[in-house]
Amino acid sequence: MIWVSVIVHGILLGGVYALLASGLALMFGVMRIINLAHGSLALIGAYMAYLVAEHFHFSTYLALVLVLPGALLVGYVLQRSMLERSLRAGQLIPLLTTFGLLIVIANLLQYFFSPNVHSLNMGAIGSASWQVSSTLTIAWFDVLTFGVAVVVLVGLELVLHYTQLGRELRATAEDADTAELVGINARAVYARATAIAVATAALAGVFYGMRSSFDPTTGADQLLYAFEAVVIGGIGSLWGTLWGGVALGVAQSIGAQIDPEYFALAGHVVFLAVLVVRATVQGRGLQLSLRGAG
Amino acid sequence: MSALLEVDALDARHGLLQAVRQVSFEVAEGESLALVGANGAGKTTLLRAIAGAHRPAGGRVLFAGRDITRLAAHRRVKLGIALVPEGRRLFPNLTVEENLRVAAASRRSGPWTVQAVLEAFPLLQPLRHNRAASLSGGEQQATAIGRALMTNPRLLLLDEVSLGLAPVVVDGVYRSLAKLLESGSTIVLVEQDLRRAMGVADRVLCMLEGRIVLEGAPADLTREQVTEAYFGLRQVAGA
Repeated sequence: MIWVSVIVHGILLGGVYALLASGLALMFGVMRIINLAHGSLALIGAYMAYLVAEHFHFSTYLALVLVLPGALLVGYVLQRSMLERSLRAGQLIPLLTTFGLLIVIANLLQYFFSPNVHSLNMGAIGSASWQVSSTLTIAWFDVLTFGVAVVVLVGLELVLHYTQLGRELRATAEDADTAELVGINARAVYARATAIAVATAALAGVFYGMRSSFDPTTGADQLLYAFEAVVIGGIGSLWGTLWGGVALGVAQSIGAQIDPEYFALAGHVVFLAVLVVRATVQGRGLQLSLRGAG
Repeated sequence: MSALLEVDALDARHGLLQAVRQVSFEVAEGESLALVGANGAGKTTLLRAIAGAHRPAGGRVLFAGRDITRLAAHRRVKLGIALVPEGRRLFPNLTVEENLRVAAASRRSGPWTVQAVLEAFPLLQPLRHNRAASLSGGEQQATAIGRALMTNPRLLLLDEVSLGLAPVVVDGVYRSLAKLLESGSTIVLVEQDLRRAMGVADRVLCMLEGRIVLEGAPADLTREQVTEAYFGLRQVAGA
């Protein structure tokens, strides 16, 4: 059955999107900051892993031990120095700020690493696969990526709902002024959350860099898919982001099976369909409540 | 009794509008003070300036002898100042229990825990896992007061706790307040309802157009005096 293979690969592809989308789900879905530089930050993660792996002769996985703490720091500083100020001027300003950041990062990467493509070593797992049947082969690296996405998203969901930081973050996102009045240091909470989001971006970037080669302009379409995964899964729901990514991956995989040109189109169609259905359902709910009131 | 809160020549503005003009008063530990006055008299702005939610244009706020005029709101909570804001301002998508727990951010220890708040406001017990947005006005008010108590404040600021609530619900809220007062808490209360304000407070401050125009213990003030100050009748008559 070729379709089983198509669906399975679609699900695994969804893991790639979900991993990149996890940090976005936190920033865009929970904190309501649209970070257009999310993909660029992921790319920096990939380049840093490349540097560390080259310099210390580390495996890419071991390089994460240095890259992730660095990304936490970058996220914290980014929030305190740029995003916090932008947010004070309204919700649209971070959009412009992070767009500027995206361009600056692309140019800096070009300057330091040249426009040539780089890639990260996948290690032994990169070539290992599981031949399930004559038509279905599963690469262990895809399973690993999916597993990491699940762990990150479930982890974030648990942090958000069962830790004090998570409660403080949700409270701050809903009403920062009142959060301050109950003793929450709103700026510090947002900085910590951005630090986590950037670390997940770097993690996603490293996994992307092992999967395919990258150059300083890579990642725009990946970022778009990640945004779609967040929206399909429902804004504010990290668990939903996983399903959003999977829905997108499966749609693209099925589209590509029908005709390779339909790969991206099928994903966008699903995204639009979800938006239309959601708007219709909400519209109906509104009509009903209006009728009930009248 | 020493002064827990000292407000010294405080000025606060909203843009060009001066909402609080040269206001000075003190609140002693264990005292309950009611701020009364018409809409727009500057009561809420004064309370928010004490809590750190509104940056004053001039003057000083001292808490337990320390100048806190420039201190951020969350730092003041850590010192023991809690505000129950006008309109409750709960976090709508957090549950009742989460609304309470989130206030543990101040890390002040004391008698108030989630369990203690639920015992003090038994109506919240069955609702603890409901979203705050789904609560009635009275339930929201109880949660908002409980949330402020969770920071174990030395000074509790209450802004219009009866606003928009049915009289029977307000009775309930004031019964819990009376219990708090008996336990020796220090409270500054903004209230539109004169009768209720004078019923619970040791001292009443009446504000008019940003200034304190009358001050005294409820027993020493006549209703006419307060009403006059409240509406600024004498000034109108003199004009």
